Amino acid sequence: MEFKQFIFYFFSAVLVFAAAMVITIRNPVKAALFLVLAFFSAAGLWILLQAEFLAIILVLVYVGAVMVLFLFVVMMLDINLVRLREGFGEYLPIGGLVAVLLVIEMAIILSSGQFGLENMPEPPAYTADYSNTRELGRLLYTFYVYPFEIAAIILLVAIVAAITLTMRRRKDTKYQDPNKQIRVDRKDRVRMVKMRSEKKV
Amino acid sequence: MIPLEHYLILGAVLFSLSVVGIFLNRKNLVILLMAIELMLLAVNMNFVAFSHYLGDAAGQVFVFFILTVAAAEAAIGLAILVVVFRNRRSINVEDLDTLKG
Repeated sequence: MEFKQFIFYFFSAVLVFAAAMVITIRNPVKAALFLVLAFFSAAGLWILLQAEFLAIILVLVYVGAVMVLFLFVVMMLDINLVRLREGFGEYLPIGGLVAVLLVIEMAIILSSGQFGLENMPEPPAYTADYSNTRELGRLLYTFYVYPFEIAAIILLVAIVAAITLTMRRRKDTKYQDPNKQIRVDRKDRVRMVKMRSEKKV
Repeated sequence: MIPLEHYLILGAVLFSLSVVGIFLNRKNLVILLMAIELMLLAVNMNFVAFSHYLGDAAGQVFVFFILTVAAAEAAIGLAILVVVFRNRRSINVEDLDTLKG
C-alpha cells in the first residue's frame, strides 16, 4: 500500500469514528471535542486532495471559531442530561437500519464504475509553482465577486442577529446616560438651606 | 491511487451518520446542530473531491460559500439556543411546544 492510500484510509477511519462518537456519546462537551477531531481529519483529507486553502480555513474557522463557540455555549448551559437521553435506545434499531440502508444504496450507485479510476483517473499533481490560494482568489474576485459580497452581507447579518438575540438589559446594573449627565442643573443637585448659627453650649 | 468513488462513499457514510444522529438525539438541540455541521462537512467533502478529479476550482469556491453560510447558521443557531435556555431553563426539543405544531 502506498503512502497516500495509507493516509487516506487512516484519516477516513478516524473521521468516521469521530462522527460516530459525536452522535452517540452522552456528554455534549465530549461530542464537541469529537467534532473537532472530525473536522481536523477532514482537513487532512482535503490537503490530500490539494485543496490547501480550504483545509486551513476549515481548521482556522471551524475548529478555531465555530467549535469554540459550541464548547462555550455547551459549558455555559446547565443541561439535564438524563431527560435529553430519553428515547435514545428506542430509536437506535430503526435509526441504524435506515443508516445501513442509506450507505448500501449510495455505495451501490457510486461503485457502478462511473466514478472509478477508468472513467475518472487521478489528475497529475500540480507543479511546485501552482498556488491553490492564488487560484481560488482569482476566481473569487472575478467570476464570483457578486456572491462573495453577498457572503459578506450574510456574515454581517449573522453578527447583528446573534448580538440582538442574546443582548439583554439587566435591571440591577447601573448604566451611565451621558445625555442626562450633561443636562443636569445645579438646582437638581444642591439645595441651599438657610438656618441660624447654633449657639455654643 | 485512490479512486473518486472512495471519497464519495466516505461522504455518503458521513451523511448517513449525521442523519442517524438527528434520529437518535431528537431531544438535544446542541447535538442536532452538531449533526447539521457534520452533514455540511459530508457535502463539502464531495465538492472538494469532484473539484480535484475534474480539475475545476469552482467546486472549492462553492465549499468556501458553504463554510460561510454554515458559520453564520451556527452563530445564529447557538444564539437562539441561548435565548431558549434563558427563557425555559431547558434545551429539550419536547419543551418547545408553544406553537402546538
